[in-house]
Amino acid sequence: MPSAVPLSWYLILSAILFCLGIAGFIFRRNIITVFMSIELMLNAVNLSFIAFSYQLRQVDGHIFSFFVMVVAAAEAAVGLAIILTVFKNRATLAIDDVSSMNN
Amino acid sequence: MDAILFLLFATLAVGCGINLVVQTHPISSALSLVGVMGSLAVLYLLLGAEFMAAAQMIVYAGAIMVLFVFVIMLLNAGAETRKARSKLALPLGAAGLFALLAILIFSVQALLPRTDPVRFGAFTGGTAKAIGQKLFTEYLLPFEVTSVLILIAILGAVVLARKEI
Amino acid sequence: MEFIIISLVKAALVAFVLLTLAAYLVWIERKVLAHIQLRVGPYRVGPHGLLQPLSDLIKLLTKEGVMPASVNKFYYLLAPFIAVALALVSISVIPFGNEIEIFGIRTWMQLTDVNIGLLVILAISSVSVYGIALGGWASNNKYALLGGLRSAAQMISYELPMSLAIVSPLLIANTLSLREVAQAQSGFIFGFIPNWFVFQGPVPQILSFLIFLIAGFAETNRVPFDLPEAENELVAGFHTEYSSTCFAAFFTAEYINMVTISALATHLFLGGWNPAFPEPVAGLVPVLLFFGLGLVLLYHATQTVKTRTWDKYSFPVVGLIACGIGSIFLTPFLPLPDALAKIAQAIGPLFWFAAKTGAILFLFIWVRGTLPRFRFDQLMRFTWLFLFPLAIFNLMLTGLAVALWK
Repeated sequence: MPSAVPLSWYLILSAILFCLGIAGFIFRRNIITVFMSIELMLNAVNLSFIAFSYQLRQVDGHIFSFFVMVVAAAEAAVGLAIILTVFKNRATLAIDDVSSMNN
Repeated sequence: MDAILFLLFATLAVGCGINLVVQTHPISSALSLVGVMGSLAVLYLLLGAEFMAAAQMIVYAGAIMVLFVFVIMLLNAGAETRKARSKLALPLGAAGLFALLAILIFSVQALLPRTDPVRFGAFTGGTAKAIGQKLFTEYLLPFEVTSVLILIAILGAVVLARKEI
Repeated sequence: MEFIIISLVKAALVAFVLLTLAAYLVWIERKVLAHIQLRVGPYRVGPHGLLQPLSDLIKLLTKEGVMPASVNKFYYLLAPFIAVALALVSISVIPFGNEIEIFGIRTWMQLTDVNIGLLVILAISSVSVYGIALGGWASNNKYALLGGLRSAAQMISYELPMSLAIVSPLLIANTLSLREVAQAQSGFIFGFIPNWFVFQGPVPQILSFLIFLIAGFAETNRVPFDLPEAENELVAGFHTEYSSTCFAAFFTAEYINMVTISALATHLFLGGWNPAFPEPVAGLVPVLLFFGLGLVLLYHATQTVKTRTWDKYSFPVVGLIACGIGSIFLTPFLPLPDALAKIAQAIGPLFWFAAKTGAILFLFIWVRGTLPRFRFDQLMRFTWLFLFPLAIFNLMLTGLAVALWK
């Protein structure tokens, strides 16, 4: 077994996590879980930013993922407030039931 | 040592990620996501991003996910109920996803030039000092804009969570 | 290899001391609370109830662990594990004293020194809310759920003023490693005022010290912020459904968190292991303290009250023990062989660190005996409308002063 892994493995891990995020986003029917899948995708992207930052020996990638983190925090605050409002008005968390714009 | 740590925590991350997708109860999904974030923080440490590892734990696992868990507990969200849907959706979606994953992995392998293996300690530029210096000189404008964004998010959350909507 | 052995020995030592301390902290707390309320407290098991922690431990471990039928088993068992594991991990980056040399091995009285030490502690303390929230949720009990919800909200809210209060001393010290923070506070102003961050210029950090302490009380769910376990509203809060070993785990975690917060406050504001007095006096203070205690006890042994039969034996024994401890602190002044002298130099810093941490721990207990509990809306209003703006004001003041004068 090699004592260290190539950088591409980190990127492949990031790709796998990103695809898992997409899978959760598409297959799951609970608003909160869908929202968490988005967070998983953001995390996967952060990992590749930091891997590239390591490869280029520059700190800029860290700053990108820092900004992603801040935006994710803002998004979580607003998103969860929206989820609370939806639950208050419709008493459901299932995405399929929130369909008043349909037809 | 680097390889063992990478494999251990990469397996943990993928396992938790799969658990997030297959569990039906939102709290199980939320805790799996915390597991993913924790393993990613260790991988960040391996890549020399010590500040980002700590920020990942403080901001993501310690604040955002606690908020998620709080909301799940507050709404008393139960397990998801499956609805009747097209039988074709799951196999087609899975096939599409695997195709996407294959394309991504292939492009990583094909486009990335041969690199040295990742070794802990080869890059030590991820200190709080280095990140602070970049943030307050080169990236000052984006930094200030994000603070305005956070302010708007706080206002939005307050307005949305008010009683009369 | 040597590194691994030293680390293992240190980890075992720290874990042993910490768990014993947590057990005896319960005894001390019961004693102090009792004396505040004019009672005697635990008195039956051993002299002055000194063996009470042992009997409590045996009781907690041998009782039947009742698991209610409707709980979510996996998370119900995971929650106390998370709580106690995270509480134990966070002590690993806290130094207890200077560099020492024991039989030719040089090592720091600290498990590990990472250059993001404070961020590690913040990260662990922010994650440790899961233990309580999850325990409350998995119990499937409305009181436990309310306790878990309160805890989550409270810990997120008090995390903010606490982090902001930590940042101000860090601005002066210009490092994130706790060891370097403590080293930045050595020395004296005008030769007699200790150079601690509560006194040190450009801005004495008294405000942030108070904010840190208040937020620390809230983070550890202690009175007056113990709403997650408010027994007259929520039965027992988040651990209503817990019994036996699982309950003991939550209990231990709370006391270890108290020790961590006190040690952190000592390092950030009270100068870590640096003595409070210039050198010849600093070495004599523990000697005088312990000999004074011993003499007072020996005097009282001669005039014990007849109804308290134990005092006849316990006073002279404890007095002699105190004199013995005092004479240990005399060793730095004695001519000793080189190897022993180096060990002797280590106990001074250890004493000062323990004394300051102990003082803050006593404050925790004192406040519990004195203050009533907040209401939940008062708790939230207090942090968001008072503590948080105050912490920001203090941070801006410190930042300005550091930029201008440092």
